[in-house]
Amino acid sequence: MGYNVNAQHKLVIDQVGKVFTTKSGEVVALDRTSFSVNEGEFVTILGPSGCGKSTILRVVAGLEEPTTGQVFMDGKKVIGPGPDRGMVFQSYSLYPWLTVEENIVFGLKLKGISKKERKDIAKHYLQLIGLEGFDKHYPIQLSGGMKQRVAIARALANDPEILLMDEPFGALDAQTRAIMQEILLKVWEESKKTILFITHDVEESIFLGDSVYVMTARPGRLKQNIKVPLPRPRDYQVKSSKEFLTLKSELLELIREESLKAVTS
Amino acid sequence: MWKNIFTPKKDISKTLYWGAGFTTFLIFLGTWCLLSYGGFVNPLFLPTPDKVVVTAIELFKSGEIFGDIGISFSRVFFGFMLAAIIGVPLGILMGTLRFMEGAFEPIIGFIRYMPASAFIPLFILWIGLGETEKMAVIFFGTFFQLTLMVMDVTKNVQNELIEISYTLGAKKFQLFKSVILPASLPGIVDTLRITFGWAWTYLVVAELVGASSGLGFMIMQASRFLQPEKIIVGIMIIGILGLITDLIFKVIYRKSFGWMRKDGV
Ligand SMILES: Nc1ncnc2c1ncn2[C@@H]1O[C@H](COP(=O)(O)OP(=O)(O)O)[C@@H](O)[C@H]1O
Ligand SMILES: [Mg+2]
Repeated sequence: MGYNVNAQHKLVIDQVGKVFTTKSGEVVALDRTSFSVNEGEFVTILGPSGCGKSTILRVVAGLEEPTTGQVFMDGKKVIGPGPDRGMVFQSYSLYPWLTVEENIVFGLKLKGISKKERKDIAKHYLQLIGLEGFDKHYPIQLSGGMKQRVAIARALANDPEILLMDEPFGALDAQTRAIMQEILLKVWEESKKTILFITHDVEESIFLGDSVYVMTARPGRLKQNIKVPLPRPRDYQVKSSKEFLTLKSELLELIREESLKAVTS
Repeated sequence: MWKNIFTPKKDISKTLYWGAGFTTFLIFLGTWCLLSYGGFVNPLFLPTPDKVVVTAIELFKSGEIFGDIGISFSRVFFGFMLAAIIGVPLGILMGTLRFMEGAFEPIIGFIRYMPASAFIPLFILWIGLGETEKMAVIFFGTFFQLTLMVMDVTKNVQNELIEISYTLGAKKFQLFKSVILPASLPGIVDTLRITFGWAWTYLVVAELVGASSGLGFMIMQASRFLQPEKIIVGIMIIGILGLITDLIFKVIYRKSFGWMRKDGV
């Protein structure tokens, strides 16, 4: 039941599966999986730990070759990593020897964009993520939330077609995490980027996403796609609305079954 | 003042810390005084401290020692420089390209256990008794360890940093120049500091045969003419020169890598 390469889909994941060969045998990390993401859409993938979420994202990023299937970005087959697909890891992965500003414009410098233009772009993103005045700081001087904002700005400043985020707020405390979600939504509404966002947090997947893909326990497969009909722009208060809570309990039920499988298997 | 003196890993007062080091030094000096002034050891083998000091002053006054220091320093410096100029790039390549590691790691791992001193006869046969032979010994004594240590440093560059760089559009060459090199630079400077220290320890070995100048030569001559005080002065000068170069590297490290400290540059 593969996907036709369709012009209106920004990203098409077609029958992608991944088997890792390890010393102790073969590990099926991801069963054949197909789905697509539209231009400007915010899609979240929700699944228990170890179900292959990172694997999907790494295949899309071109950091991992799929065992079966293929990925199309703007109709073109993905064969390796490239600047059209920006990435944000959970571990921030900032360049510790560069200042905040230099981190943000790293990709632009590689492209040979002029110094003046880089400065302007950096300024714009520093403002967008609320870190004006931190441009000359080094990553070691920042908190986790600030580091992750810089990592997001760095990915966006490169102007990718899609932003891939692998549990970006997973290492942050609950309060910071909630604030980061709001900042991300603001940034997304402003930049109109397509985002594929991975999380194991039910609330986060609903609050951020236009649609949520729920995955099964390993070997991961898509179990269900749930549209999130909540209006935009959203702020934190939506989390206590009735629609939100109904969706949340529905998703909690789905994910609970899978987490149980993951724990007992 | 005596607080925490036996508590593992607890900080103690500065006075206690420095006092302990000073006391050890005093005990060492005291033992020396006791053995020499007390007449327990024949002065032919162990000179008195004051004789060593007087000899040192004489050597510096007459100026003859400066020539020896100069020539020894240049041997150590150029031998080591050559090792670093080849070893650092090679180590970086071995740490990043599996092909280079496969090609060079086995042979370097093998040669590094061969004693540099045992190669002296071979060096003499190949390149004669000149300066080149002395530098070759220093080179041989440091090159292999240095290369392997740089390889390890480079290998430890976080994989996610490299992956992020690809998604920001880095080409292979840019990856070396803008990511791997700056990320490994602190480790490389530290490796150079440590191996430069070893280079000094190979000096006497290098000047053992066929030398007519240098600190090692001076030490050998003094031994021949039964002047232990001169030997001790020579050893101390080598130690102090080693200490000074170590300090220089530490200053370079501190000045260059402010981004590693929370208080910045
Ligand atoms: N490089 C690898 N080699 C072997 N097994 C791997 C590798 N990467 C991931 N896996 C396995 O594949 C499964 C899915 O991993 P991952 O995609 O990281 O899951 P998630 O991100 O959902 O927690 C896990 O069981 C993991 O152990
Ligand atoms: Mg993961």
